[in-house]
Amino acid sequence: MAKIDYIEAIRLAMKEEMERDENVFVLGEDVGLKGGVFTTTKGLHEQFGEQRVIDTPLSESAIAGVAIGAAMYGMKPIAEMQYSDFMFPATNQIISEAAKIRYRSNNDWSCPIVIRAPIGGGVFGGLYHSQCPESVFFGTPGLKIVAPYTPYDAKGLLKAAIRDEDPVLYFENKKSYRLVSGEVPDDDYIVPIGKANVLREGDDITVISYSLPLRFIEQAAAELAEEGISTHILDLRTIQPLDKEAILESVRRTGKVLIVHEDNKTGGVGAEVAAIIAEELLFELDAPIMRLCGPDVPAMPINPPGEKFFLLNADKVREAMKQLAQF
Amino acid sequence: MSAITEITLPQLAESQVTATIDRWLKQPGDMIEVYEPICEINTDKVTAEIPSTVAGKLTKILVGAGEDVPVGTVICLIETEGEASNDEVASVSSTQTTGTMNTPVAAIQAQGDDSMRNRYSPAVQQLAAQHGIQLANVQGTGMGGRITRKDVLAYVAMEASMVRTPAPQQEATSSQVRTGGMHLSESPRLPKIEIDDPYSHGRGETYIDITPIRNTIARNMRQSVSEIPHAWTMIEVDVTNLVLLRNKYKDEFKKREGVNLTYLAFLLKAAVNAIRDFPIMNSVWAVDKIIVKRDINISLAVGTEDSVMTPVIKNADLKNVAGLAKEIEELARKTREGKLSLSDMQGGSFTINNTGSFGSILSYPIINYPQAAILTFESIVKKPVVINDMIAVRSMANLCLSLDHRILDGVICGRFLQRVKDNLESFNLESSIY
Repeated sequence: MAKIDYIEAIRLAMKEEMERDENVFVLGEDVGLKGGVFTTTKGLHEQFGEQRVIDTPLSESAIAGVAIGAAMYGMKPIAEMQYSDFMFPATNQIISEAAKIRYRSNNDWSCPIVIRAPIGGGVFGGLYHSQCPESVFFGTPGLKIVAPYTPYDAKGLLKAAIRDEDPVLYFENKKSYRLVSGEVPDDDYIVPIGKANVLREGDDITVISYSLPLRFIEQAAAELAEEGISTHILDLRTIQPLDKEAILESVRRTGKVLIVHEDNKTGGVGAEVAAIIAEELLFELDAPIMRLCGPDVPAMPINPPGEKFFLLNADKVREAMKQLAQF
Repeated sequence: MSAITEITLPQLAESQVTATIDRWLKQPGDMIEVYEPICEINTDKVTAEIPSTVAGKLTKILVGAGEDVPVGTVICLIETEGEASNDEVASVSSTQTTGTMNTPVAAIQAQGDDSMRNRYSPAVQQLAAQHGIQLANVQGTGMGGRITRKDVLAYVAMEASMVRTPAPQQEATSSQVRTGGMHLSESPRLPKIEIDDPYSHGRGETYIDITPIRNTIARNMRQSVSEIPHAWTMIEVDVTNLVLLRNKYKDEFKKREGVNLTYLAFLLKAAVNAIRDFPIMNSVWAVDKIIVKRDINISLAVGTEDSVMTPVIKNADLKNVAGLAKEIEELARKTREGKLSLSDMQGGSFTINNTGSFGSILSYPIINYPQAAILTFESIVKKPVVINDMIAVRSMANLCLSLDHRILDGVICGRFLQRVKDNLESFNLESSIY
């Protein structure tokens, strides 16, 4: 088993799926000759040619629309949004078309597309390169949404998404590209959509999260373990549909839960997770459900102190976890 | 006074998380101006010079040339002149050392505050009830002296390890606790609550809430009775040969088809064939005209404990006795299990009710609005009958018909019933059920 970067895992998943199935192709801005602004699609153009790795005009609505049309025709497109911030012109295609095709055709048609979009800040990207748009799409039945944290999940979930018969939004964290690395097996495997994963077992507090903040949580948990606080960590991996059983199981274990994500607090994924817990587990809670999220301000600031204030880090996460443990 | 400033590795590009120090341009002891380059770094995207953010003397290099370090790592120390920055560094370090003590939680605990001593979380209350624990005896280690879930678990473990002194209320209070919200159960049941009226002592009356299905039945029955002028007629049928025919096939049929071969299936066949001969029976009153339906869709009255439904056998005239028997069983099963769909209930044009199944020998059915007539099949009873001036014991059954007198009259209904009777009596041991 090789230890590889998060970005490499995503690249490998696309490469292997394109080799496996000739209907799989990639389209997006600069994905071809340049190999993507983050080099995510590097080498694919050389290997598969311009028919299967398509440089598109700067029109996200067209990227999504073309992908949906191709999917109707039996293809398996992977549409890349250069940044998830640029995804909003395609929102109408995604929410009003892709998500509803199976329903409105009475199950005659499906829409097997994957839309990859890098999320998250901390890369000195400012207003237009740092957003977390999960909550925009989260409440749309018909869409599946995944947000992997580890390279293992990044590869396995992307493969599952490509093979899925329905539209899947694949939110990759751009700061994780070279920051997060891990063991990834060489053989073909998938990580099933809709299944959460326990990253660490513990019995003082439960922390539920997805994507990059899990790195801070794992660091904080290791530090708190030295102070005698044991942390149970659940990686949601898929945020639509949520793995309800896994959520309840992990909360039942400690009765104290902290939900963490970088997307802002109001109306975020954490709100839904909290509601599920409140609906099902009132009598097993030992502390108020707690959330640690990005602040409700319009955008990520470009100035470094502002960005630092906005972003989660291991210190902020540890402080919140400690507070919950002491309650 | 002098102070030490830490120079950290800056982030030069999006998605860059580490960089390699290529070479140092300044050495320890060198004096440095603000913005003067101090070293060169390599990333996977660019090579760049790092400028100093302060003026002063380079005192120590912490990251050597060739080393790859994460963004934010301190790479060197620069000694600067000035008092303000000195205070800044001092205050930073003091907050760092006292950081843990600054949380309100720790402060409260230090004062021995027990404001949360008597606030019990649901988890604590549940565990205490489960194990029959007096919470007053439990030591609280949470914020403000709060008893945490873990405190209760620790107390339980401690009690178990000590000599077992039986707690008196332990038995009584256990297993009385709900462990989940209402969402754990399935969709809420229909209200079927019987309540004793508290205001009429000794009178023994009970009130039953009207269920939606009861309400629908009531509305349909009232509409039928008040709008349709009902008339009623009855005929007696000799089904002796039919009984023989059914007895001949019923076991084999059950084995082969998996459903019961019922008398009702034969009656349905007889009635449907008669309707085909008298299409007016299959019609609806529409004030200025009578609409005669081409498709013969038979509504079948199926009773349950507390309601009656009328699922529909579509195009009943195109089905043989075996097919009808299967469909009857299927609809009856769906009705009992409450799994009828809207399409199972729509399009009926004539209703048949197997009242014999609950022992009736005579009934006065109410028409299934807006149809024109309803036919009941009463119990089969053995009777002495006069045939050719001799008395014989025959299996007899009554058929009762309620009709909409706006559409139908005695003559046509009499002929219709006679045809049903002829059809039923013409079944014999040679008849096919397929």
